[in-house]
Amino acid sequence: MDAFNSIILILDATLRNATPLIFAALAGMFSERAGIVNIALEGKILISAFAGASAAYYTGSPWMGLLAGMMASVMFAQLHAFATVTHNGDHVVSGLAINILAAGLTAAVGNYWFSQGGNTPNLVSRADELNARFEPIVFPFAEALADVPIIGGIYSELLSGHYILVYLAFLAVPLCWFVLFRTRFGLRLRATGENPQAVDTAGISVTKVRYLALLVCGLLAGFAGVYLAVALTAQFSPNMSAGKGYMALAALIFGKWRPKTTMLACLLFGALQAIADRSQGAIILGFEVPVQLVEALPYILTVVLLGGFIGRAVAPKAIGKPYVKERA
Amino acid sequence: MTAQTQSAAEYALELRGIDKHFGAVHANKNIDLKVEKGTIHGIVGENGAGKSTLMSIIYGFYEADQGDIAIDGRVLKIKDSKTAIASGIGMVHQHFMLIQNFTALENVVLGAESGELIDESLDKARAELNRLSEEFGLSVPLDQPVEELSVGFQQRIEILKALYRGARILILDEPTGVLTPQETEHLFKVLDSLKAQGTTVILITHKLREILAATDNVSVMRRGEMVAHVKTAETNQEDLAELMVGRKVLLQVDKGDSAPGDVKLSVHNLSMTDSAGVKRLDNVSLNVRAGEIVGIAGVSGNGQSELLETLAGITPVDSGSIDLNGHTLDARHPMNPSQVRKAGIGHIPEDRHRMGLINTFSAYEAFVLGYHRNHEYNGALTMKQAAIIADCKEKMERWDVRPQDPYLKTANFSGGNQQKLVIAREIEQNPDVLLIGQPTRGVDIGAIESIHKRILEMRDAGKAILLVSVELDEIRSLSDRILVMFDGTIVGEVPADKADERTLGLMMANIVPDEIKALQAEEPA
Repeated sequence: MDAFNSIILILDATLRNATPLIFAALAGMFSERAGIVNIALEGKILISAFAGASAAYYTGSPWMGLLAGMMASVMFAQLHAFATVTHNGDHVVSGLAINILAAGLTAAVGNYWFSQGGNTPNLVSRADELNARFEPIVFPFAEALADVPIIGGIYSELLSGHYILVYLAFLAVPLCWFVLFRTRFGLRLRATGENPQAVDTAGISVTKVRYLALLVCGLLAGFAGVYLAVALTAQFSPNMSAGKGYMALAALIFGKWRPKTTMLACLLFGALQAIADRSQGAIILGFEVPVQLVEALPYILTVVLLGGFIGRAVAPKAIGKPYVKERA
Repeated sequence: MTAQTQSAAEYALELRGIDKHFGAVHANKNIDLKVEKGTIHGIVGENGAGKSTLMSIIYGFYEADQGDIAIDGRVLKIKDSKTAIASGIGMVHQHFMLIQNFTALENVVLGAESGELIDESLDKARAELNRLSEEFGLSVPLDQPVEELSVGFQQRIEILKALYRGARILILDEPTGVLTPQETEHLFKVLDSLKAQGTTVILITHKLREILAATDNVSVMRRGEMVAHVKTAETNQEDLAELMVGRKVLLQVDKGDSAPGDVKLSVHNLSMTDSAGVKRLDNVSLNVRAGEIVGIAGVSGNGQSELLETLAGITPVDSGSIDLNGHTLDARHPMNPSQVRKAGIGHIPEDRHRMGLINTFSAYEAFVLGYHRNHEYNGALTMKQAAIIADCKEKMERWDVRPQDPYLKTANFSGGNQQKLVIAREIEQNPDVLLIGQPTRGVDIGAIESIHKRILEMRDAGKAILLVSVELDEIRSLSDRILVMFDGTIVGEVPADKADERTLGLMMANIVPDEIKALQAEEPA
């Protein structure tokens, strides 16, 4: 029974860990499928976490936090579009600039507004009668079933009791699949990532498609950041994204730029994180488990994949290339 | 209706005073053009004459600085491809505008969807495409990714794309470059049936024979200007060539008999598999003797590039062996390109931009690429800049490279002069064996003539020459013997005097005519 409970706890943590990765990876998918390298996911998560926490604090509503976080992330995404689409800038340079900007801006503005070393005030405070954090959703009868063996563990512990954003993340996966593979917008977006010139000659504006793709990317990345600051924790702290943007990018590549496989990759990475957290100091067969190794596994796996050992990851063909009309 | 508008409506397309600059380059100068409704209208001109720019303007890819475009007598402002498509203009680009991992159906639908969701668009397109392909003989597999289809099929998809969008004027930019002669013939039949249905076709090509075979009228461009409009029936190849170049041109080089000597290059059972696991060369064997030109014909992508790159030492040998001027090269004795050069082999690569030159280098730097270790260019510590520049000047003069400026960036020379830089560099090192790939790709007719002459001079000087080209005319006029490649194998050998276009065309599609089989049975290689 102990082992079962441990597994349930790890799986429960997996869902929590995977949620921001799924939002961010889906955000990256819209961007990269349209041909824009998105190393700026990290910065978008960070800025939306900050904007979300600040807005939630001032308004007292997590939903206003979500709105503000998405707006901030969209603004950064459009900045990325302005640099890479309008001015044909290098996608990686622009992305890195956005990450650095987000890291510096959030800490500096945070300190100026709240004077707490870059942190935002806690969103849950009894003294101020403030509760601006998302509440977990408890399924019907979860309480009653909690003590039933097996079913109780799965239903009450694993499935019930998460923040609404967790459920939204898993709903977003089929939704994104539908948009990308069953709608006109998706068809044009995928075509733009493969051969923008063909899209142009088919009478479609490459610029418009790429700006729209980054708009969707910004919205989704906003969910990831707000989840970190307004649901998982109840405040923003500097650099709280802690590499999640890069890990989402790795999951996107690991999932071969497809929604379902990318979600599975996010779950795998989330599980590895959960195992790393639980196995702190654990001893297996007389050896202490090196936590750093478990934490590094997502990146190692991605490198192994890119090396061609687990099938082949084929990136969108025109990725990272600014579209400039060629002179005949 | 006035007489003027009546006459205007006879023209499907009319251009008046189209002018276009790209920076300092005047690509189109005051162009006038009238294309009669329901005809096939050819436009010829050398590379860089401004044909593609003009067509891109009609298709809304670029906007003209000045001038009017009238469709069916109505002046229109075509500011993007969307407007052009809506005005009934369709274009088949030289480099196909297809999404490689989409199916044919998805490619056709892209940009012409009938609603927000694609399923209904696909169903509607499927019905319409079945009708169109039946009517015009353009059947294609609709549900396979385009990357799995042959170039012939891909071109059909491009035509279907235009027709599906309701094109009444169809522009084809160099459509035959990638086709076998038989596929070309089929294409012209398709164009004829389109014409019979009232579609106007504009055919851009640099192949004069095709213009004569397929068009009703022809317009000639030279250096950004429209220099002549003639009825096809009233002209011939020589006149058109003269109009294109501005002077008399020898289309056929005079070639004496060859005097083959010892075998200088010999390939035994060479095979090669690429990184994706596709067999690119399959058991290839051939000999090239001193003083002869062996031509390799074939539709591009059938292993010719891989053969050249293996011989030049760029790609390592998997199995089989190569005797290069007395040196053996096989899997156990690899040679790098530099060692191959030292063994007396010169290599003029197929793609001068990718392999032959570094575009941002000056001409004098380009001239020592690959030979930069040579004694005469190097001092004790640094390279001998002055000697290199002097050497470059001398060679530029000898090869008539224009402009004769050693400091000019390679990118700023015309295609023909860039090619001369590469050819001069390799030939001036006086190799015993010359590997030549696509020597006149993107080179104008005037320069083709002089490049061909130089290649024949090398042959007569006793060099062994292996020539790869997708231009059948070039292969036929230069080679002493012709090998045809298909899917990585050598289909057969034809002596130059037996190499008519039909025979080569069949062999390029892997069909060996009986008389060639008989020839090969007589004299085993």
